[in-house]
Amino acid sequence: MNIGTEACHRDIITVDSVSFSYQQRDVFKNVSFSVMERDFIGLIGTNGAGKTTMLRIIVGLLKPTSGEVRLFGEPISQFKAWDRIGYVPQRNNLNPLFPATVKEVVLSGLSGKRKWFGRHSREDYQKCDDALMAMGVEDLAEKRIGQLSGGQQQRVFLARALINTPSLLILDEPTVGIDYETQESFFHMIKHMHQHHNMTFLMVSHDMEMIKGYLGESPASTAGKLNFYIRHSHETQDCIEDNLAHSLKHLRSQMESQKEG
Amino acid sequence: MDIIMSGFFQRALIGGMLIGITAPLMGIFLVLRRLSMIGDTLSHAAIAGVALGFVIGDFPILFGLIFALLASFAIEKLRKSYKSYAELSLAIIMSGGIALASIFFTLGRDLSMDANSFLFGFIYTLTPIDLWTMLGVTVAVLLIVGKHLHGLFLITFDEEAASVSGMPVSYYNILISVLTALVISISIKIVGGLLVSALLTIPAACSLLLAKSFKQSIMIVVLVGEVAVICGLLIAGVWNLAAGGTIVLVLIAFLLLILLGRNIFSRIA
Repeated sequence: MNIGTEACHRDIITVDSVSFSYQQRDVFKNVSFSVMERDFIGLIGTNGAGKTTMLRIIVGLLKPTSGEVRLFGEPISQFKAWDRIGYVPQRNNLNPLFPATVKEVVLSGLSGKRKWFGRHSREDYQKCDDALMAMGVEDLAEKRIGQLSGGQQQRVFLARALINTPSLLILDEPTVGIDYETQESFFHMIKHMHQHHNMTFLMVSHDMEMIKGYLGESPASTAGKLNFYIRHSHETQDCIEDNLAHSLKHLRSQMESQKEG
Repeated sequence: MDIIMSGFFQRALIGGMLIGITAPLMGIFLVLRRLSMIGDTLSHAAIAGVALGFVIGDFPILFGLIFALLASFAIEKLRKSYKSYAELSLAIIMSGGIALASIFFTLGRDLSMDANSFLFGFIYTLTPIDLWTMLGVTVAVLLIVGKHLHGLFLITFDEEAASVSGMPVSYYNILISVLTALVISISIKIVGGLLVSALLTIPAACSLLLAKSFKQSIMIVVLVGEVAVICGLLIAGVWNLAAGGTIVLVLIAFLLLILLGRNIFSRIA
């Protein structure tokens, strides 16, 4: 499968004839696809279709039985620039009693060498405040993560993923267990980021309803039980766009001004 | 009261204060990662090592450490073979450790070895060399945890996110096992092999009830551990009770008090 061939956008994720089998059973066979800069890919499938497996292979948590994965053009075994990837996990893995504040969780998204005893620089705290502001959870900074509602927790995880201003954002079933209205505002935020920031998205979900409107009615490609829905953020001829926002700081004000406008 | 001024008691107090820092500190990482039982399992393996040291004639702490390390690698290996029945590996290693220890005890009968002292501690026999070893381990644990606190937090809070941010997760897992094995092997002389896990887990249990942040939870475990060790040793010294058992009962008393206090507080508030 090939999504657009224009040269202006680089491949962010390349999955090259990847197969995976678990206990002699094929989960999927010979899957190939590529995600280009500023694409939004929805990876949709029923439970057991292997979508989480695919995601784990893409980020290097699992080794494929055969085939190769490249990130930003580099084979995954040599890939080092992990701070270019933001990751939003499934929320139900969170232990509600875990003693960590929202601020500590968001700061944990900063990669690279840390100072002694987990201290952070003033610049780190500034980045953290910006990410909290962008997600509208700055008032919750000192709260324990387990005290937050599902929607708030998801915003905190998004803030953690965004603190490094990543080029690729990977979301693993981000809205499981969140009510409809909160899901909607969450998707609104993601869509806004896709359209106005230089960011590529890969989202895994079993629930098509929400993103159908954004990614189209039918999958651009299928591989076994996995369906790929794809949307590029703009037409390829408009590729040179120089008004992309790069800073987190202005994300919220931008979104709000758009709503009013 | 004379006992408190005596050299062996003061050595016990210094040793106790050292493990009062390190054991709860490693314990909070184990408890938060839902690996509380690992402390118990490693300490049972370490009992066998300490017993072997006595049979051979020296280095009980070193042999305890080697056995605890071997056990931690065996747990990892077995865990991979059984996957979703991971706790099975703990049960196997734990009983294996005690089985070996019982054989070494019988081998060492002629050497006037006292099985009780391995199981429940022999704190009043601490030598200056033991204390230096404890100091060395404490400094090493503090330096390593201090340097890697950020990584340890991330791996404890969200292992998947840790790997996606490029952290060497298996390296950190080994690091936690090795440090825990170190701490357990130096703690056996003080609280005994059967009671070590209390010093790892109960301070963490207290801190889960009180802490609002990760930093706080680390401060609380160390504080609870220290106060319990000092109170426990003083009580044991004055009334001539078993030191390890007294420390553990003080810890449990703290936990009950915190639970009670929290209940009363939530009713008022």
